[in-house]
Amino acid sequence: MLDNINILVQAPVFNLALIIDGLLIGAVYALMAYGLALVWGVMNVKNLAQGGFVMAGGYICWWAGQNGIHPLIGLVLAAAVMWGFGYVIFKIVVRQVLDRDLFTSLLATFGVAIVTEQILNILFTSDTRSINLGYDSWVLFGGAVNLPVQKVGAFVLAAILATALALFMKHSRMGQAIRATAQNPRAARVMGIDTERVYAFTYSLNAAICGASGALVAMIWLIQPFYGLAYAIRAFVIVTMAGLGNLPGVIVAGFGMGVIEQYGGFVLGAAYQQAIVVGLLVIVLVIRLMQAQMKREVVQ
Amino acid sequence: MNKLILYAAILAAGIAAPFVFPNYTTQVSVLWVMVLLALTWDMQGGQMGYNSLGNIFFFGLGMYVSAVVQVGLFQPVAEYMDSSSLEVFTFTPAEYWTGLVLGIPAGGIFCAIAAIPMGFIFFGLRGPYFAIGTLAVAVAAGELFSTWEWVGAGSGVTMPSFPHHPDLAKLSFYFMNFVLAVACFGTLAWLYSTRFGIAINAIRDDEQKAEGMGLHTTRYKCVNWSIAAFFLGMSGAVFGNLVGFIDPREVAFATITFGIFMVVMPLLGGKGTLWGPVVGAFIFHTFKEATWTYLLGWQWVALGGLIILIVVYFQDGIMGWLMRTKPEWFGIRVEGREREMQEARAMEAAE
Repeated sequence: MLDNINILVQAPVFNLALIIDGLLIGAVYALMAYGLALVWGVMNVKNLAQGGFVMAGGYICWWAGQNGIHPLIGLVLAAAVMWGFGYVIFKIVVRQVLDRDLFTSLLATFGVAIVTEQILNILFTSDTRSINLGYDSWVLFGGAVNLPVQKVGAFVLAAILATALALFMKHSRMGQAIRATAQNPRAARVMGIDTERVYAFTYSLNAAICGASGALVAMIWLIQPFYGLAYAIRAFVIVTMAGLGNLPGVIVAGFGMGVIEQYGGFVLGAAYQQAIVVGLLVIVLVIRLMQAQMKREVVQ
Repeated sequence: MNKLILYAAILAAGIAAPFVFPNYTTQVSVLWVMVLLALTWDMQGGQMGYNSLGNIFFFGLGMYVSAVVQVGLFQPVAEYMDSSSLEVFTFTPAEYWTGLVLGIPAGGIFCAIAAIPMGFIFFGLRGPYFAIGTLAVAVAAGELFSTWEWVGAGSGVTMPSFPHHPDLAKLSFYFMNFVLAVACFGTLAWLYSTRFGIAINAIRDDEQKAEGMGLHTTRYKCVNWSIAAFFLGMSGAVFGNLVGFIDPREVAFATITFGIFMVVMPLLGGKGTLWGPVVGAFIFHTFKEATWTYLLGWQWVALGGLIILIVVYFQDGIMGWLMRTKPEWFGIRVEGREREMQEARAMEAAE
């Protein structure tokens, strides 16, 4: 462990490699965390199925690639299929638990995650997969930083998707309706917004975002059916860190998450990466708790 | 009186089961583990209103503590756990039983102690944050134990093998699980009838008021978790020996199998009741075992579907449903409308 820190101190250029890797994957984290923030903010459902959706999207894109479809089209396909899947899940599961206590929706989406991941496991086995397009890598800083074009492309795609999403939320009628519902569902209903439709749309949109993020994960990193839970926890950490309805915060937290993970993985060993993610969650929760307690003391 | 007969019948059935159905000893043995898991989860989720998704953490922790004690008393732990070494370690029957007798309570006590500082950290979290925080602990533990070389890392721990005939192993572990489940049930039945039970119910119903009435809520919550952890740790220790091999993610910290079953079983049976978790565990486990062989790989999908079904459509559980439809079975006198009308009619007729 100390050796690894020593390497970082001796050769600062390695830091750059880690940060770049972290930012590349962090963009995807931010994208899927934004989906979670949407669902959480609009209908107060903490969607633990997030990770399952991400993996499903990744597998759809990978499978399309195996059948000779370019991953760019595969990404669109993944988003479209996951949109439909999200709609079905909303109708049969999430809709039924919207008015119940929060633990019910948490548990129900956990059930959805288990079903999704198990189906993926049966269809695609539990081997890790990734999409390789066979592009070159850019070699920077005399070989210290190796930057595959494919990863950069995925990063750019994530940025484009996030921008499109932000514009959609800001300017389209549906986006405005979603934000209105998030602020006050009853007032939104009074104003003639069909909140029922908004809920269905938001959940499907989130599933589609996850599908697209999954395709990007398959390009940048690896997919495996049971990595899903870790992705759900990552999204949860990012949203808890940033707060709801805070898009810049989500992006920064997503990048931060990616970079911290890369550093942790390098210093402690790659095997600890998942443990670092959940460790971060505990830390973030405890910090939030302490903040809340301080606030309470001030009030007293 | 009726109650006594019921208790006696269940005890007798439990004792007789392995002799009547010797082929199913292990399945019934796991059933008692399930009963214990459901009961201990219900201590927080049902009775205290803190829905934990990570109680499986104590189950796995107890398993590992017991394994380390059982091995460490007689052999060097690191060499024993090293999966690449070809050295064979054997335990004499005396060593095996000493290890087991000391290892199981050690697992329980270690978990009970570990639960207290954890409680101080986590019981500040409310609602879904508590659920996700505890889930994170269980997942993190699984990941950490699968990278920790000293306890065998990802390749797990092969437990010391049972020194006598395998049938005897099945029987002894069966009775250990049975005794643990019965002891757990008895302890909880007693606890719920004391001031402690009332206090944790008050925390569930309105924590701030409970605090306002002068209850040390944090203390109650930590003690509650600690008792649950004690039983979970011991049960995990027995289960590890029963399976014979501890895999950090699949057996010890099995978040998406046992970890979620222990939540679903009390929900199915009716959470917040004494018998609900037991009934739920019986039905869930029977369903699981009965359908297991016919589903050919799809069993996990079916089980996930069942979880969704229970959570979404049947959250009151069986006991909750019975209490609503047949309140008189539980000694609740309902001044029903029909009865009133009958009485009114009788009065009119008398006049």
